[in-house]
Amino acid sequence: MKPRWIGGIALCTTLVAGFAAVCLLQVRIDAERQSIQEERDELLFRSPELVRKMSLEYAPLMGDIYWTRAVQYYGEKHADQDENLELLWPLLDITTTLDPHLIPAYRFGSMFLSDAPPRGAGRPDLAALLLERGLQENPDQWRLYEDLGNVYYFDAKDYKNAARAFMEGSKNPASAIWMKSMAAKIAAEGESLETSYFLWQDVYQSTTDPAVRQNAESHLRSLRVDLDLKAINAIAGEYERRTGRRPMQMSDLVQAGLLKEIPKDLESYPYTLDQDGKAALDPGSPLLQEKLNKKR
Amino acid sequence: MSDPAIEIEKLSKEYPSGFLHLKTKKSLEDLTMQVQEGEVFGFLGPNGAGKSTTIKLLMRLIFPTSGTARILGKSIDDVRMHENIGYLPEQPYFYDYLTAAEVLDYFSRFHKLTSNDRRMRVEKMLKKVGLETAKKIQLRKYSKGMLQRVGLAQAILHDPRVVVLDEPMSGLDPLGRREVRDIILELKREGRTVLFSTHILSDAEMLCDRVGVIVGGRLRGVGTPGEILGMKAEGMEILFELRCDNNASPLVGRATRTGERYRLQIPENELYATLEELKAAGARILSVTQIKPTLEDFFMNLVEADRAHASAVDVSAT
Amino acid sequence: MKNVYTVATNTFREAVRDRVLYNLVFFALLMMAAAILVGQISIGIDQSVIVSLGLTAISVIGLFIAIFIGVSLVSKEMDKRTLYALLAKPVERWEFLLGKFGGLVMTLAINTGAMALGLYAAMWTVKHPLQRHDVYILVAVYLILLKLAILVAVALAFSCFTTPFLAILFSAGIYVAGVYAQNLRTMHAVDIAPATFRFLKAVSYALPNFENFNVMGAVSHGGVVPGALVLHATLYALAYCAIALSTAAMVFSKRNLK
Repeated sequence: MKPRWIGGIALCTTLVAGFAAVCLLQVRIDAERQSIQEERDELLFRSPELVRKMSLEYAPLMGDIYWTRAVQYYGEKHADQDENLELLWPLLDITTTLDPHLIPAYRFGSMFLSDAPPRGAGRPDLAALLLERGLQENPDQWRLYEDLGNVYYFDAKDYKNAARAFMEGSKNPASAIWMKSMAAKIAAEGESLETSYFLWQDVYQSTTDPAVRQNAESHLRSLRVDLDLKAINAIAGEYERRTGRRPMQMSDLVQAGLLKEIPKDLESYPYTLDQDGKAALDPGSPLLQEKLNKKR
Repeated sequence: MSDPAIEIEKLSKEYPSGFLHLKTKKSLEDLTMQVQEGEVFGFLGPNGAGKSTTIKLLMRLIFPTSGTARILGKSIDDVRMHENIGYLPEQPYFYDYLTAAEVLDYFSRFHKLTSNDRRMRVEKMLKKVGLETAKKIQLRKYSKGMLQRVGLAQAILHDPRVVVLDEPMSGLDPLGRREVRDIILELKREGRTVLFSTHILSDAEMLCDRVGVIVGGRLRGVGTPGEILGMKAEGMEILFELRCDNNASPLVGRATRTGERYRLQIPENELYATLEELKAAGARILSVTQIKPTLEDFFMNLVEADRAHASAVDVSAT
Repeated sequence: MKNVYTVATNTFREAVRDRVLYNLVFFALLMMAAAILVGQISIGIDQSVIVSLGLTAISVIGLFIAIFIGVSLVSKEMDKRTLYALLAKPVERWEFLLGKFGGLVMTLAINTGAMALGLYAAMWTVKHPLQRHDVYILVAVYLILLKLAILVAVALAFSCFTTPFLAILFSAGIYVAGVYAQNLRTMHAVDIAPATFRFLKAVSYALPNFENFNVMGAVSHGGVVPGALVLHATLYALAYCAIALSTAAMVFSKRNLK
């Protein structure tokens, strides 16, 4: 007669061996699936209306599901540094058709749609379309006007419509105070670093979503550099006026008393001057790489 | 004297009961008994006494809390022991999408039989239990009695030395019961050991060499039916018909009357004198029977005794 | 092993005689017909839509069969007491379980095979002459079958120690979890504590990863499936079934039948 505990031993062995095999095989399978990296057609049905009809009374739930997929889609592509975001718009289109009141879909969706590659899909026209729909369905969401303004200002470079968006948004008594004056400023000046910096800062402060904050932060860093360079160039210009020649290096400006010390960028690398006497980032600064990435 | 066919030693079964499964309920307590080879043993007791529990423990359908049992010398833990055992469950139910022939064939495949053997035995069994004509009909169309017969067939088709039947007569009409009784008697003639449970006294009396009485999870006694129930007759009962009462005898006064029929109880030693007297009075004797204690009475006494004991315990505990 | 085979063939026979199965298969074929219709209305992607819809139908129908019937395999026998007479025979309880598993997997194989034929028929009707790479559709169906086998094993395991209703619920839960297990691993989350992330990663390995068996995307666009993937997926399914079935066997062998 077999002792009682032999069954227990057999079970434990099987479980341990089984799970070990499962883990090892999983690693292999993951590798193999990478190699058949098919462009998984995320969307079986491209027609938002069709999906909405098929969802019966569960449309808002389906909206949530599609929104989750959209976020994951973006996340995966971004992590893989894959610039091809062509399914982002259809996903957002379907999401907002299923649930027209899903505000995050409009807000973040428009941001990632309009941002230039590699950060976004580079389609400010679709982003504007999305936001216009959002405003139609949710007229009291003045933040959407702000987003619309940002889209026109930053990516479409359409200052007339940007000003219009900010103006419309400012009509809502709950809106931020600066929207009206922003409308005026943009109408007058078009693009300016200070304006850009201000708008991104507002985005950064008014959101809790980590992805959006990260995006805003990277824009702000870049703008900070631009603002610093602009300020340094202004000082260099002053130097030229006083001495009649362009400064050769940053220490010249300090010696002339125009700067207390050599200013450093956000990564604590000192700014320098290039051979034309114009302000530039230190070649070793990681911010330089960030700037180059952005221009790609 | 060979080894007993079935040996049970201090077999107990407890179930968790109560709201949070904190209490235990004993459905079988320290059962110790033996069944000899070749005998027909009846397991008697009221419903819920523990008969089915014992049988299920023997068949390894449930597991004992303590105690052991052996069948044909092999522990009940050993699955090979089932080669030599046939089992008919209580209220059997089989796959209703199969026919009788298919069910028997299915069960026969678990035994070490050649395919020829299997076919022959299935045929033989169907004939034996009288299902030959119905063998191609799906079981879902069978009556209860027919299902019982299929159950019996699968229990004995592999020629087992020990046959265990759980309430084999339950739910059968008198004809069906007679058929089952006949089969059990035949099994006995073939030298097999039969253990069956029932709560019907007359079946036990007619078939069993010995009976074991179980009440409230405890074995109350083992012995021949006569020994156990103390077949001391309490008297005789005469059923007679009397047309006119002018020859009324004092006997008639003692009898219970329904219309023209009378029922009279007398001590056994007065039987013939009474019969003469009634004959003289012109009565027509319809029947004469022994008054025996019924199994129900026996059980009731035991249950009452249990209850009294339990309340005595409670009283002493408080 | 002979006992396992006996129980398996009987389980198969029961499934065949159970008319419910035919309704499900009929429903699946209906979906194929719908696929043809959809193919007509959308432009240029009829091939991939038909294949996708067809494979989805096979997967969904198979899913229902695997879970619902998988759970009832044991619980029905216990409820109806057909199990009593069986276990009194010289059969081990694990042989019974394995036989039930085998029988249902056999049934599923026949079912999915039939539906795959229906799919090929649907494709052919849309005037698409079958090409060599269409054999990979069969590979996709095979992988779906592997996934269903795991689900049957899981459903069987749950049904051994809980009520049928809960077993169905848990099995469905494992299915959903298993579909998203892949995402747990590749999640690019920003603010999750590293310890939590490692825990989730471990969980993602422990759960049956059903994405492994999903090649619908590749196949519907006429792609190929590497043989190594098929081999590893088969081994994976075997390992996972072993895990689930041995657990089931252990639990069931200690269970007191009512």
